[in-house]
Amino acid sequence: MNKTVTFRIWRGDATGGKFVDYTTEITEGLVVLDVIHKIQATQANDLAVRWNCKAGKCGSCSAEVNGMPKLMCMTRMDTLDTSKPITVEPMRAFPSIRDLATDVSWNFRVKTKIKKFNPRKPDCEDGTWRMQQQDVDRVQEFRKCIECFLCQDVCHVLRDHHKHDEFIGPRFLVYTAALEMHPLDTENRLAELKQAQGIGFCNITKCCTKGCPEHITITDNAIIPLKERVVDEYYDPLGWLWKKIRPQG
Amino acid sequence: MATNYETHEYDVLVIGAGGAGLRAAIEASAAGVKVGLICKSLLGKAHTVMAEGGMAAAMGNVDDRDSWKVHFADTMRGGQYVNNWRMAELHAKEAPARVHELEAWGAVFDRTKEGKISQRNFGGHRYPRLAHVGDRTGLELIRTLQDHGIHQGISVHMEYTIVSLLKDGDRVVGAFGYDRERGRFRIFKAKAVVVCTGGLGRAYAVTSNSWEGTGDGVSLAYHAGAELLDMEFIQFHPTGMIWPPSVKGILVTESVRGEGGVLRNKDGKRFMYDDVPDNYKSQTSTDPEEGWRYTQNDKNAKRPPELLTRDHVARCINREVKAGRGSPHGGVFLDISWIKEKIPNSAEHIKRKLPSMYHQFMQLANLDITKEPMEVGPTTHYAMGGIRVNGDTQATNVPGLFAAGECAAGLHGANRLGGNSLSDLIVFGKRAGEYAAKYAKENAAGSISDAQVEAAYREAMEPFERPAGGGTEGPYQVQYDLQNMMQANVGIVRLQNEMEFALAGIEKLKARAAKVAVQGHLEYNPGWHTAIDLKHLLTISEAITLCSLDRKESRGGHFREDFPNKDPEAQKYNSVICKQADGAMKLRREPIPAIREDLKQVIEEMK
Repeated sequence: MNKTVTFRIWRGDATGGKFVDYTTEITEGLVVLDVIHKIQATQANDLAVRWNCKAGKCGSCSAEVNGMPKLMCMTRMDTLDTSKPITVEPMRAFPSIRDLATDVSWNFRVKTKIKKFNPRKPDCEDGTWRMQQQDVDRVQEFRKCIECFLCQDVCHVLRDHHKHDEFIGPRFLVYTAALEMHPLDTENRLAELKQAQGIGFCNITKCCTKGCPEHITITDNAIIPLKERVVDEYYDPLGWLWKKIRPQG
Repeated sequence: MATNYETHEYDVLVIGAGGAGLRAAIEASAAGVKVGLICKSLLGKAHTVMAEGGMAAAMGNVDDRDSWKVHFADTMRGGQYVNNWRMAELHAKEAPARVHELEAWGAVFDRTKEGKISQRNFGGHRYPRLAHVGDRTGLELIRTLQDHGIHQGISVHMEYTIVSLLKDGDRVVGAFGYDRERGRFRIFKAKAVVVCTGGLGRAYAVTSNSWEGTGDGVSLAYHAGAELLDMEFIQFHPTGMIWPPSVKGILVTESVRGEGGVLRNKDGKRFMYDDVPDNYKSQTSTDPEEGWRYTQNDKNAKRPPELLTRDHVARCINREVKAGRGSPHGGVFLDISWIKEKIPNSAEHIKRKLPSMYHQFMQLANLDITKEPMEVGPTTHYAMGGIRVNGDTQATNVPGLFAAGECAAGLHGANRLGGNSLSDLIVFGKRAGEYAAKYAKENAAGSISDAQVEAAYREAMEPFERPAGGGTEGPYQVQYDLQNMMQANVGIVRLQNEMEFALAGIEKLKARAAKVAVQGHLEYNPGWHTAIDLKHLLTISEAITLCSLDRKESRGGHFREDFPNKDPEAQKYNSVICKQADGAMKLRREPIPAIREDLKQVIEEMK
């Protein structure tokens, strides 16, 4: 069942680059990352690529395969048309380091600016809390995130409009939603969401949800409820009136 | 010359940012010292994310008969009594507090009906003990520590590799390494260094470990004078994926069996019933119906034989395959889909309990585990051995050097119980951070000679200076050859002459590694990084082989076909490796200190 495939891989760095074709033989049952590794071991020892777990759990090997946002370790070769060259290029929403590795450090800086988890006092004398499973189901969905940053890569606010200084992107809206909806959390993050974190930039095209390898319903379950909370807090005229006239202190 | 390198100064430098490293960094920084944290990859990507089943802590939330004593006795039994008993005691006593602490930092564990942290059954644990989040507990652990740690003032260096520890006389006072992104070398000065570099599975061809698991910390510590302990004990996890080839070695969590999954050979027989070790007979069911009830939390039922310790299950699978009763791709069948006979809507149940496994098989093998059995076989998973440490402080025999997590040894003895690794990371990560911070407060910074920095730099750069051709080769072929040799000769079943062959082979590979040449640039050059890792892989392979040759018995993760039984005399010592002045590796047997009387009684009570 061996067959020959051509990979058209972007080679270059921050100063520029180009696609280079590599032709190699593959066996049955491989994923894109296997073929990249084979090319790396036999034809291009210095081909830069990030990867770790090779099981879709660490979110390191994000790339654009035939233009689609993918984890290379979870993209089976038998799902691709091998009669044509397969293009593999780095995530385009982030600066290039080299070849398939991009500089994703912006994401790590953004996270430090989001207020950390701040739990209520323990429910029991032994310092523990009680929570029902149904109350944590939603937060657990968000906490499945493997931080592959593919949602950031496909978000047009970041990718096309480069609003990295004004908008935290879907990953960190999910992160904020996980904190805001955590049954124990007492912090309020709505003011930043509206201002510095730019939740209003999201116009719900749902590209992030479609691309999420963990199948997190990013837009519907995380971003829209956060938008509603921001609207309730800042744009609800009855709420605004109530805040003006309610008894103070 | 050394003054040209950018230098970072810390009180405590933590090398490795998995569960143990992050926990150590958090603890040291909470003690008020300046902390640097080195990640080989990006923050939050360390191999801890792969841990699936859970973390063992005797909280008694699901079965109130559980206590630290039962957990201690289970850990010692699993480790076949060559464990560091002090570590096993501290681990059993402190794990519950460490788990509760994670909840206070934002971890969201699965819940019991009363709203407590839920706990699940796992191999070798008498009661349901593993706090878990579906089958992605490791991700929850690392993300919780990461998200807490980034607000603690820790300086994080992502995608850095340490090539050498730096010393001032006998004491470790820093580390030297490069960043992957640009290949720039850096000096990290530190009053104390904590090594938390995880595993070494990449010494084998079939492994659940990622590219990072090259035993760096064990090798760095060894070359800096630290003693290694019990390197012969390698855990081969019984259930790795075996098909398709691209996923060979990737883990299939033990939770599949904990939730009722059964192992069958090609004739459909549950072969695990054929061989139950004597010391587990009283705890193991003989009736499949009772085994099923155990997995459904019937407190009066005994566990099914699929949940015996990992070393035993792995060998039984190996036996079935060798006897020609294996599955088409050389493993056996692991079936969870059969529970449809027991549970209405079982497909939904399986997807909820084992979401990652469902996803992993659906996407990588195009197989629906709710409908069909999986094909599985043993995979190199975990090193019980590693750097020898003090059980209380995690200090090594080298002043200023500490170690915690998988790269440290002692807690697990000859075989680790599933779930005892994540709890190991948080219990001993904390202790390492605490005592490293204490050491840093009590000792001034050391001085680092230019000469040793230059020597480390030259060694790292040598592969570029060897011209291609003329007897040189690329690093990958040397790595493959080592992995295949270790797999074939120092693997799950071991023989004297095969291991002697491997030992000689390691010498030949060392000679080849000394001639490896790489091309290209310093920036993100994986060929170069592989060339540097070869030294570590060869060091640990030699240590594993030496210890395995010396232990002429079978115990836990060390199984010798020529000595298939346990030797009571061999239960009295640990294997200790150190580097001699002439650079040669030396092995000695060291008596295990007598166990404290009260702990001995605990073990007797729990028999």
